[in-house]
Amino acid sequence: MLTYIAKRVIYTLPIMLGVTIVCFLLVHLAPGDPLVSVLPPDASEQLRQQMMALYGFDRPYAEQFIKWLGRALGGDLGTSIRTNRPVVAEVSKAVSNTLMLAALATVIGFVLGGLFGFVAGSFRDTWIDKVASAISVAGVSVPHYWLGMVLVIIFSAQLGWLPPTGAGPGGSDNWVWDWAHIRHMILPAVTMSVIPMGIIARTVRALVAEILSQEFIAGLKAKGTSSFGIFKHIVKNAAPTALAVMGIQLGYLLGGSILIETVFSWPGTGLLLSDAIFQRDLPLLQGTILVLACFFVVLNLMVDVVQTAIDPRIARS
Amino acid sequence: MVQAVAPAMIDDTTIERSPGYWSTVWRRFRRDPVAMIALGVILLLILIAILAPYITPHDPYRGATLRRLRPPGTPGHWLGTDELGRDMLSRLIYGARLSLFMGVTPVFFALFIGSAIGITAGYVGGWVNTILMRTIDIIFAFPSVLLAIALSGAMGAGIVNGLISLTIVFIPPIARIAESVTTSVRNLDYVEAARASGAGGLSIVRKHVLGNVLGPIFVYGMSLIAVSMILASGLSFLGLGVRPPEPEWGLMLNTLRTALYTQPMLCALPGIMIFITSISFNLLTDGLRSAMDIKA
Repeated sequence: MLTYIAKRVIYTLPIMLGVTIVCFLLVHLAPGDPLVSVLPPDASEQLRQQMMALYGFDRPYAEQFIKWLGRALGGDLGTSIRTNRPVVAEVSKAVSNTLMLAALATVIGFVLGGLFGFVAGSFRDTWIDKVASAISVAGVSVPHYWLGMVLVIIFSAQLGWLPPTGAGPGGSDNWVWDWAHIRHMILPAVTMSVIPMGIIARTVRALVAEILSQEFIAGLKAKGTSSFGIFKHIVKNAAPTALAVMGIQLGYLLGGSILIETVFSWPGTGLLLSDAIFQRDLPLLQGTILVLACFFVVLNLMVDVVQTAIDPRIARS
Repeated sequence: MVQAVAPAMIDDTTIERSPGYWSTVWRRFRRDPVAMIALGVILLLILIAILAPYITPHDPYRGATLRRLRPPGTPGHWLGTDELGRDMLSRLIYGARLSLFMGVTPVFFALFIGSAIGITAGYVGGWVNTILMRTIDIIFAFPSVLLAIALSGAMGAGIVNGLISLTIVFIPPIARIAESVTTSVRNLDYVEAARASGAGGLSIVRKHVLGNVLGPIFVYGMSLIAVSMILASGLSFLGLGVRPPEPEWGLMLNTLRTALYTQPMLCALPGIMIFITSISFNLLTDGLRSAMDIKA
């Protein structure tokens, strides 16, 4: 198993390198001058040249890339053109906010999805299955940014129970785990949880149905095992895959939070990314994407390793 | 006499031949009421998109400041008017054109490019496979929403840039399926036999590989359309993708956000259209999958 894990880690390295190349090149896909957002439109050619040299944009791509990668490895992702603050500081604050939201959403999605999936799989082809499956199909089909708006309409505009936007009185800088702040997380987290809920429900339903059709279940029943005993067997067999799906979903939520954060003005990576895009803050765009993509790669690696640790059969296949 | 007998004998044996694969699939699919309804809804949406100029009551681009943000049920404007006083029903109908186009096109492009990459990698094998599939792995290492938004954010708003970014995002999973099916088919006995009897690479791909690859790829592509609809509208919702004043559901949802407190019903309408379309494609895929007996 250790060799498998080592292999898996080594295999990740070239992928990581590829990811950094894509992040670097992304900025050069942008049409026009990378300095367009800092320079006044009537800037002199001399000033433009100076700034190009200052940011290193005048060097060949390969040289720029190696320098950029070297600095990135040392924890320096450059300076935001818009705020003049280090990109690392901006991103790390945003990452922790998004992580908080995504983790809560994943937990909600896992609990509900696991429940619906389990019920649907256990009562296959009955009306219970149909209702639970309908909920999970709706979960993967709903445009979540729209669902967020609908929840705001219901719970903020009509009922006035929960705040529609923001991160609470302390903002993201002075976040405290009290009700005044937590209530700001509820709507975005519930909205975000809908997709993992649907996906986990569908996965668990298929898993449970598959496990129930295996011979050892019939054997257990013949032996007189209680339904709770059988339940334990199902959970044990379904858990590795369900947990792996949950881990990957967390990664997707981290990377895909931009739409929900836009709806709820949640100060996370998504909001940062949309600022970077619309204000053409290229170092910030590059840095945010790099951090999120690396998070995703490492998370996938961790999921694989943990799954192998739980279920050694994977390493052998 | 001999010649007269022979055709009759052939007829006897061919009459009872078993129905083809696709007619079996269709027979099973027809028995699935949910999938049939989903297919009906999708065909209806396509029809609405095609007939848009003939069935819209008003010009979807012309507004009037005096009748802005009228609620659904207003006489003359069944579904109300938007923030610029344009007729919602007409804009939703016209929106079907752009939204369906933005959702479906990238999947089709990705199907072509992804299968080409996957089949080439799988059939040629060796270092070609390594280079192609490792590149695919790198793109696949990005969360899809992030990559789509990052690409179109870097390239700038617009329909073409939106289509390109979504296509790039959908290529890796398709290429992976095509590659794994091709690799497994390539080593099957009857393909070995075809090669041994002198069949060229292209004819093997055409006759044996494509037949095996197309089914799973087609079903997978269908399931991507639902994702693509949500993502494409999401891009426009963010201000990437389709730009005003074009009617597109995601963009309409964005511009109507200002009326969230005053006209909530109105704001929800474009999202309902995206939801209906995407759930129909998902249910259609589920139906196809069980009719074709393909595991998810």
